[in-house]
Amino acid sequence: MSYMLQQLDEEKVFKDPVHRYIHVRDRIIWDLIGTKEFQRLRRIRQLGTTFLTFHGAEHSRFSHSLGVYEIVRRIIEIFQGRPHWDDEERILCLAAALLHDVGHGPYSHSFEKVFNLDHEDFTQSIILGDTEVNSVLKRVDDDFPRKVSEVIAKTYENKLVVSMISSQIDADRMDYLLRDAYFTGVSYGQFDIERILRVMRPKEDQVVIKHSGMHAVEDYIMSRYQMYWQVYFHPVTRSAEVILSKILNRAKVLYQEGYTFKLDPLHFVSLFNDNVDLDDYIKLDEGIIQFYFQAWQDEEDEILSDLCERFLNRRLFKYMEFNPNVHMEHWHRLYTYFVKAGIDPEYYLIVDSSSDLPYDFYRPGEEEERLPIHLLMKSGEYRELSRESTVVEAISGKKRTDHKLYYPSDLVEKIDDQDLKRKISEILEF
Amino acid sequence: MLEHHARLVALFDYAREVVGRKKLQKMVYIAKKLNFPFGEKYQFHFYGPYSEELTLRVEELCNLGFIEETREKVSGYYQYRYTLTGEGEQFLKHYDLDLEPLKGCVTSMNEQPSRILELISTILYFDHLPKEEVVEKVQVVKQKQKYTEEEIEEAFRYIEDLKSQTVVS
Repeated sequence: MSYMLQQLDEEKVFKDPVHRYIHVRDRIIWDLIGTKEFQRLRRIRQLGTTFLTFHGAEHSRFSHSLGVYEIVRRIIEIFQGRPHWDDEERILCLAAALLHDVGHGPYSHSFEKVFNLDHEDFTQSIILGDTEVNSVLKRVDDDFPRKVSEVIAKTYENKLVVSMISSQIDADRMDYLLRDAYFTGVSYGQFDIERILRVMRPKEDQVVIKHSGMHAVEDYIMSRYQMYWQVYFHPVTRSAEVILSKILNRAKVLYQEGYTFKLDPLHFVSLFNDNVDLDDYIKLDEGIIQFYFQAWQDEEDEILSDLCERFLNRRLFKYMEFNPNVHMEHWHRLYTYFVKAGIDPEYYLIVDSSSDLPYDFYRPGEEEERLPIHLLMKSGEYRELSRESTVVEAISGKKRTDHKLYYPSDLVEKIDDQDLKRKISEILEF
Repeated sequence: MLEHHARLVALFDYAREVVGRKKLQKMVYIAKKLNFPFGEKYQFHFYGPYSEELTLRVEELCNLGFIEETREKVSGYYQYRYTLTGEGEQFLKHYDLDLEPLKGCVTSMNEQPSRILELISTILYFDHLPKEEVVEKVQVVKQKQKYTEEEIEEAFRYIEDLKSQTVVS
């Protein structure tokens, strides 16, 4: 029997708090889970710095990846035997679902910004390069890794397969919303996934939803909207994210200036030199990063030491609403005052915008920008979701954006020059 | 602070007006591929390279009053028109961006139909592949657009033209 069709002697199950059980029957899936690149995802939190705001958010990218696989497995069960679904694509779909995030690193968002990386490039490299994942995929055939990488990159010719893993209602989003809601402990991330799965239908180039399932989809869109503003964009999480980015920035600047670290930052050298390769990247996990942050607390450089101490002990920056159109002058004055007070504004005065964060609001299909969610009407025609649902129309037409100014209130408090301190405080309290 | 926003405002300043969100998406992507320092992250979507970050950043610029968005109904869908406001011009004065080489490039792209910019940006998305494979890939992922061989050749020429006009350090 070909490797692609090989089944395990006995089904394996993972106990899962979101889906109850995750079922693995295919040999290739079990082998992929066992690779070192996939096991590494156990050591990377799904929500990065969110645990500093919602202490339960300790779940890993490993559990999310298994969850996405399980949802796709269930979707395929529903699609089997229906028009447009080709069962030859089953293993390809499952492998792509499982591996869709395999290139994520620790605190991906900050690392990508500071070191100009893209986790998706590493996902491609892990699938196509000299890795355990690649050698498992190649057992199917030499071309199979390429197909998996194309599904994840959304350039695979079968758009239906792509849309199961990446679209505006896909297995990835459904799993992370439910999982993130469960682990953060918030109640607004819930929606009826069983119902959504039952009303999904395969079409030529995308998954569509039977009209009767519209209300379950409305719930999903609402939960997505709520989770973004209540969890993903939480200002305290963003404060931690800002500090984390500044730690990485500072360490990189020091390295490039020839600063001698007490502890040689071996794991960061290729990042600092902008030539990180796959082997270096795969070695990174949150344990490594936290180890360096612990060590850097004792560095001579006051900024690096202070920022690491803040991050590890959750002494985060305070924040205030900031409208660049109204407060630009304030910012320029603050910048000058901070310099006078000996507080480096490069590291201690930061404007953060909602567009600097990962997000994906639901957007209807305007000018063929993004493929929207389509409802399959009784008449057989397709209608874009927001044209049928007033709830979705209300949300997708709403443009909420947000800018915040982050600063260390404790350092402002310690300024000796009372006049300078008063001037800064007046601006920060406007 | 807000340098990414400022670069976008500069693009609107050079273009004077951009008609269509798809066109804007592709213009920024092409500029990025020409090494202009746009920080918006792109992914391949159903209609080619698309940046969610750019979409939100443009919304932010509209909310701040730096860009004006006008919605027009065009056969079956809404089209959006973007223009720079006086406040946007003021905002730009806070920055020394040195993006002069972008001006010609933006003007030229703005004259192209968005269908052609979609083709150009898709070609650039696959620019790590040999030319024959790029053409093959375009024909697979853009089946519905039915681009002719002449259009694809013309797009390759246009990219070379842009590259030769645009020297970015």
